[in-house]
Amino acid sequence: MASPTTTADAAIPQQKGADDNYLTHDKGFASWAFTLDHKRIGVMYLASVLSAFALGGFFALAVRTELWSPGKTIMEHDTYNQMFTLHGAIMVFLVIIPGIPAALGNIILPLHLGAKDVAFPKLNLASYYLWIIGCLCMLSSLAINAVDTGWTFYAPYSTTTQTAVIPAAFGAFILGFSSIFTGLNFIVTIHKLRPPGMTFFRMPLFVWALYSTALIQVLATPVIGITLLMMMVERVFGLGIFDPSLGGDPVLFQHFFWFYSHPAVYIMIVPAFGVVSEIIPVFSRKRLFGYQFIAISSLAIAFLGFLVWGHHMFTSGQSVLAGTIFSAITFLIAIPTAIKIFNWVSTMYKGRIHLDTPMLYALAFLWVFTIGGLTGVFLAVMGVDIHLHDTYFVVAHFHYVMMGGAITAFLGGLHYWFPKAFGKMYDEKMGRIGAVIVFVGLNLTFFPQFILGSRGMPRRYYNYLPEFQGLHQLSTIGAFTLGIGFLLTAVSLGRALKYGKKAPNNPWGGVTLEWTTVSPPPYYNFHTPPPVTAGPYDGYDDLVYDEKIGGYVAKKA
Amino acid sequence: MTLHLLALLADTALPKLAPSDSFWLPADASVTSRNIDWVWDFLIWMSVLTSIGVFVAIFHFVTKYRAKSRAANERADKSAEHNTALEITWSVLPLFVCIALFVWGFKGFVDLRTPPKDAMELRANAQKWKWTFDYKCPTGGMTDDTLHVPIDRPVRMLISSVDVLHALYIPSFRTKMDAVPGRYTDMWFQATKAGDYPIFCAEYCGTSHSDMLSHVIVHPAGEYETWLKGACEKADSMVGPERGKKLYSQQGCETCHTTDGTPKIGPSWKGLFGKMEAIAGGTTLKVDENYLRESMMDPTAKVVQGFAPSMPTYKGKLSDKDIDGLIEYIKTLK
Repeated sequence: MASPTTTADAAIPQQKGADDNYLTHDKGFASWAFTLDHKRIGVMYLASVLSAFALGGFFALAVRTELWSPGKTIMEHDTYNQMFTLHGAIMVFLVIIPGIPAALGNIILPLHLGAKDVAFPKLNLASYYLWIIGCLCMLSSLAINAVDTGWTFYAPYSTTTQTAVIPAAFGAFILGFSSIFTGLNFIVTIHKLRPPGMTFFRMPLFVWALYSTALIQVLATPVIGITLLMMMVERVFGLGIFDPSLGGDPVLFQHFFWFYSHPAVYIMIVPAFGVVSEIIPVFSRKRLFGYQFIAISSLAIAFLGFLVWGHHMFTSGQSVLAGTIFSAITFLIAIPTAIKIFNWVSTMYKGRIHLDTPMLYALAFLWVFTIGGLTGVFLAVMGVDIHLHDTYFVVAHFHYVMMGGAITAFLGGLHYWFPKAFGKMYDEKMGRIGAVIVFVGLNLTFFPQFILGSRGMPRRYYNYLPEFQGLHQLSTIGAFTLGIGFLLTAVSLGRALKYGKKAPNNPWGGVTLEWTTVSPPPYYNFHTPPPVTAGPYDGYDDLVYDEKIGGYVAKKA
Repeated sequence: MTLHLLALLADTALPKLAPSDSFWLPADASVTSRNIDWVWDFLIWMSVLTSIGVFVAIFHFVTKYRAKSRAANERADKSAEHNTALEITWSVLPLFVCIALFVWGFKGFVDLRTPPKDAMELRANAQKWKWTFDYKCPTGGMTDDTLHVPIDRPVRMLISSVDVLHALYIPSFRTKMDAVPGRYTDMWFQATKAGDYPIFCAEYCGTSHSDMLSHVIVHPAGEYETWLKGACEKADSMVGPERGKKLYSQQGCETCHTTDGTPKIGPSWKGLFGKMEAIAGGTTLKVDENYLRESMMDPTAKVVQGFAPSMPTYKGKLSDKDIDGLIEYIKTLK
């Protein structure tokens, strides 16, 4: 860059050489452990979240193996109850909530904004260490006597069971702070560090999604914190808050719990909307259909998400009037969600579609999220929900949305930004095979669970009626297929890190700012914030593919 | 395979799913399904058609507009970035569908939550891990672990729990309600087909949650009264160890206490009477009539070492005659 050095630049360590990037800039353990670089923190988050995902997946396979036959297959009742609790708690608190925002978001958000880092780099590192402490707390429950309450910690079971509830709940409490820190950091970053010319309606939709998510994280997470604290106080000091034998109210716990945990499902899925909104236009070479609608609907969903917690409680003894209001607002969320799907599909219309791995994941997302979304409508219809509540239908629905939606989008985003983040290309063929196996496994695992649920199979069952066995076995086969798909993907990405071809700066032809810097990005991303003069999906025609470098470059005027 | 399944079905301890006409839903045996099953059918068809629409569009676009190669640098058609008519249609149509579904769901819900005034009342008690149902007898009451109801009569269940949350779920009646400790909840149904249908616990309640099953037996016209009369007489006349043995399975004792010497959630009853037991806290006592009685009325007062204080109280649930019977029964298990 030939721009004149300003006083602000003087404080910035200069580029060490032409090939210097954030991965090679400093060496040694301490350079990672005490780094304030958002990309390194993002990479550490990524590695940690993926390890937690492997552990949560292991518990899922243990659960599915046990369900191969009614009665005992490989473990006893209590072990099974601990396994599904750990699976749920790890996947929710350690994987999906931090997955897209803290891992991918940390790496990409400042790059999306042409910024050098997030607004508060130290807070960012603190958030990561809180994640580690929360994770250790939660896992210490495993070592003592693993928690068996289900991830929902419903009282008074959670305040009376003999298992180690407190370490697990305290872990979730700390993870909540980690989540709040990330959210706060992202809100300030998005407000203060946008480059010149990037108005709110020129922000990429991933940024919009992270912004909406961050608002929910900051506003809703304190509620789960205080709820879990009250539960712990009841367990330790016998203070009657939720347990009726001490004068408490167990339904109150459910209200508090879902006041956080319903918005939390939007913490999990809204970032996925953002990732898919990035991938589909780039791989269709066409501007996103209905950009403003998707942007605003993220915010609308974040807001309405606070007002529907009672739809988890239609059978709890909650009043008919309360149930009615919660049901009505729930339908209000269904409509923008449906419109988003139509927008994504329409983006492909008359586009020029490239079916690389990220796009395959985005298409898989559209497929499973359509099913997940439609089955959500069943549950919003109160009369029908009474039959389906607490059955496998609900299990299938939220796995289609969380596993099928959030995790597929996470993998899509991972493959999309992998060349940028690590400067290496993965083997495209292996990536595609992985995506297809994951997609097949996903449907095979969870579709039979819809049928189980509608036929009356309750959830969290160790034992079941012999009539349900065939569908359970199908689901178990699906779970192992899914496991193979993930394993293959892990091997593929692991190999790419070591043997991958050098990635070009812009392999897919994206026009958002992260593709204007080199791959992997230099320590300080951009020397000066690049000015923005158009929307985030404008200008695909100004790029041409250069076969020599295997990526896109600006068209010569 | 068939033989194997038949062998399992022959197990009478497990409730059986009645054969159903529907692929998705279990057999329909109550009027309470009247506002639910047709909405379910609507939802299924709406979902199938919408999904097919979306999937066909995806496949069509992917095949028709697939780029030849990156090197060809093909450009998208910019004319297709916006279409007001289409966007209004796909916003307004789901809005109407949602309003309709909300109204239908609301009707179904209010119907499920509003028992008819003339409904017969029965009590359901939930405890870890057993359902018991109270029936009114001429000489007081009687408890059974199976739900018996007459056909074609509305029944209101008054539900409570003595320990943690449970949920009374009868798939064939399309209804479900949480059993909440410290308060009453209720639900109602009116059986339309005589038969035997499963009852599940649908709210997670710990170790044997998945074994907290029961049956509802719908008696054909006129037979319910006959059954109740017989059951009441039998319950009244039974005394001593015979009464205790019946209560052992009916009241859920068997969920935690065995009679063969193996400890389960609580100590086994075999050889219990007269045994010296170490009590949590350090003392030792001899199991006699008074200790057994106290353990039923105030179970957490003196808990045998090595067991969790998780037994609910039976105060008010067992009569003196019942307590005598249980003690007599324990005495026979040497």
